[in-house]
Amino acid sequence: MANSKSAYSVAGKKQRNDTHIIVVWVDNEAGVLARVVGLFSGRGYNIESLAVAEVDQKENISRVTIVTTGTPQVIDQIKLQLKKLVPVHKVADFKREDKNVIFKEMALFKFVAKSEKLIKAFEACKNFNPVVLDETKKSKVIQITALRREIDKMSKNLTKFGLVSVSRTGAVAMTRGSDVFK
Amino acid sequence: MSKLYSGAEIVFKCLEDHNVSHIFGYPGGAVLPIYDELKNFSSIKHILVRHEQGAGHAAEGYARSTGKPGVLLVTSGPGATNAVTALTDAYMDSVPLVCITGQVPTHLIGTDAFQECDTTGITRPCTKHNWLVKDINDLSEIMHKAFEVATTGRPGPVLVDIPKDIQFQKTKYKNYKKVKKLNGKSHDKFTQKNIDELIELISKAKKPIFYTGGGVINSGPKASELLRELVYATGFPITSTLQGLGCFPADDNQFLGMLGMHGTYEANNAMYNCDLMINIGARFDDRITGKIDEFSPKSKKVHIDIDPSSINKNVKVDLPIVGDIKSVLTSTLKNLKKSKKDFSKSNKHQISNWWEKIQKWRSKRSLDYIGSEEIIKPQYAIERLYELTKDRDAYITTEVGQHQMWAAQHYKFNKPNRWMTSGGLGTMGYGLPAAVGVQIAHPKKLVVDIAGEASVLMTMQEMSTAVQYNLPIKIFILNNEYMGMVRQWQELLHDKNYSESYTAALPDFVKMAEAYGCVGIRAKTPEELDDKIIEMLNTDRPVIFDCLVDKQENCFPMIPSGKPHNQMLLGPKDQKAKKITGKGRTLV
Repeated sequence: MANSKSAYSVAGKKQRNDTHIIVVWVDNEAGVLARVVGLFSGRGYNIESLAVAEVDQKENISRVTIVTTGTPQVIDQIKLQLKKLVPVHKVADFKREDKNVIFKEMALFKFVAKSEKLIKAFEACKNFNPVVLDETKKSKVIQITALRREIDKMSKNLTKFGLVSVSRTGAVAMTRGSDVFK
Repeated sequence: MSKLYSGAEIVFKCLEDHNVSHIFGYPGGAVLPIYDELKNFSSIKHILVRHEQGAGHAAEGYARSTGKPGVLLVTSGPGATNAVTALTDAYMDSVPLVCITGQVPTHLIGTDAFQECDTTGITRPCTKHNWLVKDINDLSEIMHKAFEVATTGRPGPVLVDIPKDIQFQKTKYKNYKKVKKLNGKSHDKFTQKNIDELIELISKAKKPIFYTGGGVINSGPKASELLRELVYATGFPITSTLQGLGCFPADDNQFLGMLGMHGTYEANNAMYNCDLMINIGARFDDRITGKIDEFSPKSKKVHIDIDPSSINKNVKVDLPIVGDIKSVLTSTLKNLKKSKKDFSKSNKHQISNWWEKIQKWRSKRSLDYIGSEEIIKPQYAIERLYELTKDRDAYITTEVGQHQMWAAQHYKFNKPNRWMTSGGLGTMGYGLPAAVGVQIAHPKKLVVDIAGEASVLMTMQEMSTAVQYNLPIKIFILNNEYMGMVRQWQELLHDKNYSESYTAALPDFVKMAEAYGCVGIRAKTPEELDDKIIEMLNTDRPVIFDCLVDKQENCFPMIPSGKPHNQMLLGPKDQKAKKITGKGRTLV
């Protein structure tokens, strides 16, 4: 490093990255999502997926679910930095492998094909709670709920049944059992 | 029925409620209703600056020298964007600021109106929180909350953006009610167990060191007193970051000087070799740690900080203690006195080897430089300034660069809140407006901005403010005609390719002072320096002091990039690979 021309120190050892699901309860006010997302982009953290909606109309609370990857140190920082934001009430963090937590994403698939293929398409979805939301002679819109990688796989495999369009949400999470995160 | 107040009146009523006596600002279209109301609130004095950045730094100087929040009032659009540098500076250095900006009327927001900008969007990453007031009924609560957010926990800047129509609308005023908890954000989380563990570590340590920072100063003057008590009660050595200077007396034998990139040899080596590091209110900044993988490899690390996110951010620590430094130190002292009476005496033997080692490092005298009879050495200028002002309880601000580091090394601070410098953001042009703010807060005190000629030109217009309000600030310029720190890096790391770091055309600072209506003094030789400094100190008006110093001098000692603390450059002689010629530049 003798010839380093930087005024800054050099990067240290790389650590392994884990995938975490961070759940944030925030005041539902103007700009709050920008604060949360801006914190991620400003500090160079990743966002793999994002889901936001108001969950308590009386208290005006929204629940933000963020899937992110980072070293244990980065994940800790993300949580601590989020907790510092004024509109943030609480922050939960789950590892993707955590068996005590349910993760789900929803996807809408639009198929355009002949009816035999459309039937096969619905069959292929049957493990993921498929619901037909719209149907014509030539097309079908099917909703499924599944894990991220399952939806990834499905959207690849279903092309042969005439899949023309995919729309999907970010992951949402909930703990199993009677415990509630405080 | 209670009286109705306009938005503009509510702004001032809130300022009164929070005991604000001075605001720094600059009028413009979108804040005119607020300016119109100024005449009706005689307890609040407005200081008219010459640029909104100046308002921000002046408010910072005010805040850092008093411990109270600084307030600035600027208009929409360019007024707000000009304040961004100062807000970011305050954010990095944890300075409580409340910035009030005007905004175009609500019905014009989003239409690219004249002097419209997305102020809350732009300032979101550089404030602790900001608000766009869309309803007059929210205004008083938002203002109160703004002060609360700015001053609680780790302090910092906040911004309240008030559209012009809101400033005219009327509503009832809501008084300030102190809320106990801010959205679940409590700050004193430490437990008795934390303190017990700390005492345990203190009593076992053979090579301990205190590493203290700006957090001690932010915790109030009492925290500095407690720190002194603790340092004396333990007999441990102490080093300080740039921002922490003054919380422990610099002329005390237990003080090892500043640490970090331009810290002393003894401080950095003690950090590298210690077995217990007690970080109090510092944040393991990269200018402190150097190469992070080799940062103090053998030590147990304790980190006391009010901001949980500062802990384990850069350096993993063994004992985190989240809390206000004042309360943590109070509790630590209480427990130490209870469990280990006369600890400093009983422990003296245990750390005597450590002190011997430190004395050895100290004997290198890493801050020494070769003096000169012909030319003023910048270090000499600061030493003389210190000697001639040390009995006057001076307030020192600085710009950013070599002069800043020399000031930190050679000016000895004995009290907190006397040293205002831009550390985190490193804002050139900080010192002059900051001096304006400090002098406003302390009209009778001596306020000196130790400056470089390049930095000071960035906010020179604020001399006009100083003259308007009869602020006898002293701008002490170490003039080497270079952006000195840039030049130093170019010399050491870029094969002396001095790309654009020389200012080929500089103003005549003495004539410039006269043009501003203040006093200009120039010192050219070491012989006349003392007389000139005394002349400056005896002038009860703003002074620009043009001190012509050695143009080639470098700031040493120095930890080069990517190196750990124990591999310092002590000066030209020490870097065998790079031969540097020139008179009087060898290091002692």
